[in-house]
Amino acid sequence: MATAEIPYQETMPLHHPKTWIGKYVFSQDHKVIAVQYGITAIAVGLVALFLSELMRIQIAWPGAMEWFTEETYYQAITMHGMIMVIYLLTAFLLGAFGNFTVPLMCGARDMVFPFVNMLSYWVYLVSVIILLFGYLPGLGGPTGAGWTLYPPQTITEGTPGSGWGIMTMLASLAVFIVAFTMGGLNYITTILQARTRGMSLMRLPLTVWGIFVATFLGLLAFPALFVSAVMMILDLQIHTSFFMPAIVSLGETLPYDGGQPLLFQHLFWFFGHPEVYIVALPAFGVVSDLISVHARKNIFGYRLMVWALVFIGVLSFIVWAHHMFVAGMHPYFGFFFATTTLIIAVPTAIKVYNWILTLWKANIKLTVPMLYALSFVLTFIMGGITGLFLGNVIIDVPLSDTYFVVAHFHMVMGVSPILAIFGGIYHWYPKLTGRMLNDTMGRIHFWITFIGTYVIYFPMHYLGFIGVPRRYYENFDSSFYPQSAQDLNLLISGVALFVGAAQLLYIYNLVHSYFYGKPAGHNPWGANSLEWCTPDTPPGHGNWGDRLPTVHRWAYDYSVPGSEKDFIVQTEPQTTPQASTA
Amino acid sequence: MRKLLESHVAILLGLVVIGSVIFNVWSPWKFTPIASNWEFIDFTVMVTWWICGVAFVILGLFMAWAIWRYKFHESNESHYEPEHPVLESWLTTITTIGVVIMLAPGLIVWDDYVQVPSDAMVVEAYAEQWTWKFRFPGEDGILGGTAVKNKITRGLEETTFEPNVTSLNPFGMKEGDPHGEDDILIANNILHLPVDRNIKVEMRSKDVLHNFWVPEIRAKMDIVPGMITYFWFKPIRTGEFEILCAELCGRGHHIMRGELFIDTQEDFEAWLDSQVTWAEMKAGQKPESPIVARGRQVADQNGCFACHSLDGSQVVGPTWQKMWGREVELADGSTVVADEAYIIESIVEPNVKLVNGFSGVMLPYELPEEDMTALLEFLKETGPNSQ
Repeated sequence: MATAEIPYQETMPLHHPKTWIGKYVFSQDHKVIAVQYGITAIAVGLVALFLSELMRIQIAWPGAMEWFTEETYYQAITMHGMIMVIYLLTAFLLGAFGNFTVPLMCGARDMVFPFVNMLSYWVYLVSVIILLFGYLPGLGGPTGAGWTLYPPQTITEGTPGSGWGIMTMLASLAVFIVAFTMGGLNYITTILQARTRGMSLMRLPLTVWGIFVATFLGLLAFPALFVSAVMMILDLQIHTSFFMPAIVSLGETLPYDGGQPLLFQHLFWFFGHPEVYIVALPAFGVVSDLISVHARKNIFGYRLMVWALVFIGVLSFIVWAHHMFVAGMHPYFGFFFATTTLIIAVPTAIKVYNWILTLWKANIKLTVPMLYALSFVLTFIMGGITGLFLGNVIIDVPLSDTYFVVAHFHMVMGVSPILAIFGGIYHWYPKLTGRMLNDTMGRIHFWITFIGTYVIYFPMHYLGFIGVPRRYYENFDSSFYPQSAQDLNLLISGVALFVGAAQLLYIYNLVHSYFYGKPAGHNPWGANSLEWCTPDTPPGHGNWGDRLPTVHRWAYDYSVPGSEKDFIVQTEPQTTPQASTA
Repeated sequence: MRKLLESHVAILLGLVVIGSVIFNVWSPWKFTPIASNWEFIDFTVMVTWWICGVAFVILGLFMAWAIWRYKFHESNESHYEPEHPVLESWLTTITTIGVVIMLAPGLIVWDDYVQVPSDAMVVEAYAEQWTWKFRFPGEDGILGGTAVKNKITRGLEETTFEPNVTSLNPFGMKEGDPHGEDDILIANNILHLPVDRNIKVEMRSKDVLHNFWVPEIRAKMDIVPGMITYFWFKPIRTGEFEILCAELCGRGHHIMRGELFIDTQEDFEAWLDSQVTWAEMKAGQKPESPIVARGRQVADQNGCFACHSLDGSQVVGPTWQKMWGREVELADGSTVVADEAYIIESIVEPNVKLVNGFSGVMLPYELPEEDMTALLEFLKETGPNSQ
């Protein structure tokens, strides 16, 4: 493929839209779809952010908001978690970054199936709307079962939203999976089939590799969530007993018998653990590219980075039950899953080493995207090492279901990918709009967000050591819960409110700079990968004009000895023999 | 402003790392003092803590130093070196060794954790939304069988089920199992256990997932309806501890608390002797008039006893013992007499006049008129304040 004479999409006919609606609403252009995905994900993410602020107010000042009852609290934690993981992070990293970068970085005119790609966005939008239907008044509100949706409690009366709420949640997830599948097939097919001449797999930027592996994980993992959603709907609506044993719920003997709640947990985490990497791997890729570009140095150990991505992806399918060490499954599973989980730490650590070694003997430009990328690395190290605690089965026993877990997963798959997203937007915004984002606003936002989130989540680990359980509406006086812990909660909540509000600055920057930002030119960062070689900025429909670009080297020829400039774009023919290893 | 923000990121990252170390040293928030044999869990945590902590400090400080040392300058040029196989294999090897050092003790302790010593005393924790019940096997040392519902077979084809877990049989004891007769039943959220003795906690849930957890004991395990889960431990000091539910179990999750007393052997035996067995509980149940029995059934079917006790113990909601006609203090400080009107109001709109000290987790109930009448008769019968 890489050496084929005529690339797959060279002569691809493009259906140029004739109307405004065709161009900006029902568009088949991957760049417009990326923006649509991005805006929707950010909007629904703001809802989830708002819910988290309500939760923090309740934790710091219990009862301050009289209307914020146990039910609304548990509904808020559920919606916050699900929105952030699925509808923001997954949708943004693959829907927005995936759509924008894959065709541009591969040198394609568009996705291989542009119409399906368009459908993917609109189906995603439908799933978001169904999800928010949970909050329609008078129907009991969304489910409050926690984002893990464990039965039996998801569908028994003791949980808020056990009727309408859980139905909207499950329906929304099922629809989302349809959207993801349509998008995902596009990313994979495009990466495999539509790379331009000279673009071998081992010349792809790591962003594309991250998205590629993550999409594979998604296509293999989401079906498990899909079937569990369908089975739960059947349990709920026609009283099958897939997950429901014989139980007495609030005095009522239910008609179920013989089901197994643990079956759901296995299915859920068979999806849920790869999901962590569906979010993490694209972030890994983006950060690798940002660090390399802005450090003016090749990414260290490119081939090992690629193989680490692939290895993590494969391993992520055999670690799921580390979420279930204290779930009551057969205890001998603990040995296996603890071992696989700690093995996955090795390729992950290699990635961290290589990011840091890329900085060594580099020529580091501390641009705003670079700041986000660097803070990603530190946050990810913190989140990663606490994973070594929880993955080691016996340590998980005292720490699971405490604030240690909350701190861990927010560091590793909340803050880290969000920092990668902030950095990625900042990096690609000039190509998308032709304008630079405002630097001062970017720096202020970075400092508040990075320091703020660290102050929020680092001390939270210690609440876990004390033994403060997560998902508690209220902590009563307990022998193990000192007053100082409540004081710490006040600090955390105060900072959380401030950091939450500061996110509006970033959004303001996005809007403001679209109209008033400095003109960016074609390649403001001096980057090598193909998206910076488009004939127009922003790139037009079809990206490349008449002829697709030809790739002669890998994406990381920065500061090549003997070269005049400190970067050589991928389309530049080879002149010096030592210029590339790929 | 811009200059300031730009030049200090290396210092910032360094300060974050050093600040984390200082916080760790000075933090007043440590592992809650242990009260069981699981010190080896704490040891494993410390091994992981040191390895991870050292790695974090080295990586963080190296990164900060590199950012400071290799800051951009026009005249500088990066070192071009795409790969360094020797360095990469060294780092992989060191990481692998670190992982093995952390994992090995973890797996050894886990092996201990899942293998219960043969001399362990068995106690059952029985969870329901949102209280705890406990059961000891009694003199025969065997817990009697239980069932959620009884199969009633009439003739060849007709099979129906009737509930087996009711206020008259709160533990769902299986009819006719001789091992159950001497089981000691504790239905008031309070558990006593003897110190320095291996304890196996067998766990059963009536409704949804729960998790039995005492932070000082370290051990925890989910409770899954339809199966029996377990863990074991040995208390090493006497004292009073709290039993928490550590698995989100509905709107009352955070108020699902039990009390655990670790006693000396003598104190424990004295306490255990004062508890009733299943046989004694059955013998103590007086016959009830049809309307009172119907009222009890209404309370059963609506799950009232999950939160309201009949024996005076205060669990999630106020006890029904001696409630009728009693003067109660409300959350706002005022008092009210628990008469028919107040009780009806508390069923229909439960969170309007909350009794002081209780959470507003009860749902409003709409009962048919006959059911309400029967329920009120039952309440009158079980809780006359005149006694």
